[in-house]
Amino acid sequence: MTLMQKFLGAAAAVALSGGAALAEPALIFDLGGKFDKSFNEAAFGGAQRWAEESGGAFREIELQSEAQREQALRRFAEAGSNPIVMTGFAFGNVLSEVAPDYPDTKFAIIDMVVDAPNVRSVVFNEHEGSYLVGMMAAMASKSGTVGFIGGMDIPLIRKFACGYVQGVKAVNPDATVIQNMTGTTPAAWNDPVKGSELTKAQIGQGADVVYAAAGGTGVGVLQTTADEGILSIGVDSNQNYLHPGKVLTSMMKRVDNAVYEAMKSGTDLETGINVMGIANGGIDYALDEHNAALVDEAMKAAVDAAKAKIASGELQVHDYMSDNSCPAE
Amino acid sequence: MDFTTLLLVLDSTVRLATPLLLACLAGLFSERAGIFDIGLEGKMLMAAFFSAAVAYATGNVWLGLLAGIASSMALSAIHGLASITFRGNQLISGVAINFLAAGVTVVVAQSWFRQGGRTPSLEGASRFNPIELPLAESLSGVPLLGPIYHELVSGHTVPVYAAFAAVPLTWWILFRTRFGLRLRAVGENPESVDTAGVSVIGLRFAAVAIAGLLCGIAGAYLGTALQAGFVKDMTAGRGFIALAALIFSKWRPWHALYATLLFGLLQAIAVRFQNIDLGGFVIPVQFMEALPYILTVVILAGFVGKAIPPRAGGEPYVKER
Repeated sequence: MTLMQKFLGAAAAVALSGGAALAEPALIFDLGGKFDKSFNEAAFGGAQRWAEESGGAFREIELQSEAQREQALRRFAEAGSNPIVMTGFAFGNVLSEVAPDYPDTKFAIIDMVVDAPNVRSVVFNEHEGSYLVGMMAAMASKSGTVGFIGGMDIPLIRKFACGYVQGVKAVNPDATVIQNMTGTTPAAWNDPVKGSELTKAQIGQGADVVYAAAGGTGVGVLQTTADEGILSIGVDSNQNYLHPGKVLTSMMKRVDNAVYEAMKSGTDLETGINVMGIANGGIDYALDEHNAALVDEAMKAAVDAAKAKIASGELQVHDYMSDNSCPAE
Repeated sequence: MDFTTLLLVLDSTVRLATPLLLACLAGLFSERAGIFDIGLEGKMLMAAFFSAAVAYATGNVWLGLLAGIASSMALSAIHGLASITFRGNQLISGVAINFLAAGVTVVVAQSWFRQGGRTPSLEGASRFNPIELPLAESLSGVPLLGPIYHELVSGHTVPVYAAFAAVPLTWWILFRTRFGLRLRAVGENPESVDTAGVSVIGLRFAAVAIAGLLCGIAGAYLGTALQAGFVKDMTAGRGFIALAALIFSKWRPWHALYATLLFGLLQAIAVRFQNIDLGGFVIPVQFMEALPYILTVVILAGFVGKAIPPRAGGEPYVKER
């Protein structure tokens, strides 16, 4: 054994023993990066809240490339982190391979279902939140025409669209909903120019409220609606502040709550599928000082009533992904 | 389709065609001088980021435009260095530039603004705002021509008018000046230019620099005129559509205008009408989006005339001893 190998061996031993004693939770951010003003940043916020309340510490990594997914997972698992939380559906395949190798470690994945005994799969009822903002869109619209702009044409985004249309029709059965998808490739998530053009085309057809569920493309949608003087609806995290007074509301996925819950339960993390909906505070619409002037009492009362009905199970919003079809057009 | 809808679609066509047109003319200069340029996309992206970032930092869109042009020309210089001075493969150098731009923009944006690889939104003077041409408002009452002038001709931003002005200018430079003649000769038969005592290397660098300038304007248009800020990968393949338009136009300036307007129109129609119903036969929106590439393949296959690239294209020039 050369001197180098000895050193490496010793270092590895120290790392292993040190890690095993810690059992700190770990958080892996997806490629969007920690400060993406949306999904990952919400996850970071949840982890921060847990750290402040419990006085504990967590480990984290921002992925820089696709190839690091498995590496990061295994690194944390071998260092003894428990539970390991990851954000984004893209971890699905990797996690289903890695999870069986570390049966004593608990994993939590957000926005994806992975069937393994030590994995908690957190999924959101986006259709319920989209229903609520759809109601608000229909009430705020003066023309009776509202728009939806999706990112890549995948079932998840159709789920947003379907919930939205149902909400609009619940308020105004005669309303027209113009739906556009930006594209069919991942480039559709980052094409604000096309987002702008789609918005202008929808305005040309009479739309005066546009809901964007399109990642970076939504930046263009929100900008154009603000420039043209109509209203928009943000998505995932609270985007009201981006154009104060021009964003009607935002459909919020409380990713922070999901991460907070997972870290709080620590090694006792309950595995299986965890559905976050309106009932358990996983989905909500955003109301703050930036859109207070746009949401009147009647609108708030109607939406909160629907929210209570959905929470109690009295009102069922159709989930597009359950049968790949939408009853409302 | 009524008149107003038609005007809206055409207006959208102009906006969508402008970045394609500028990038296409950039490719035209470069390829006419014998340097293939796959890196149009990367140069536009780099310019989009630096124009938006500097416009935000200084509050002046013109400084942003200059920064965008400078960053794009810096990438052109790298391309020139690799493929002209060191005689590397032009396609590989171009691909490398695309990767470089995609990575550098996000990394710099993240460490500068901490907004997940974005620039903050631009407002007021840090953005190119639409220009109302004289008399546009008062003439809008004139039937037919009034709305056309008001909606379609007036109300665009500076880079749009610059792009359209660049077409006759390009034609004049390439076909009516000594520089243009030499530039084209360098792309067809560099030996003859060298024999005449003119520097092949110098001409090719000049062509690549002009390409950088035009891509810089295209990128700044995306980042500061069409949009109010940079988002990662925001060029979304427009550099490649411009490349397709270049082949479609068979490396000619006026035809480049027609080709990019056609491609812009196809995109505008795809944006306005999701699925086009032709009496029982539905054209899906994806087909409209793929049409530019399909048309290019048809042209390359020789069905509609032959597309012959400049003869010395892609080959580094080696002086004979």
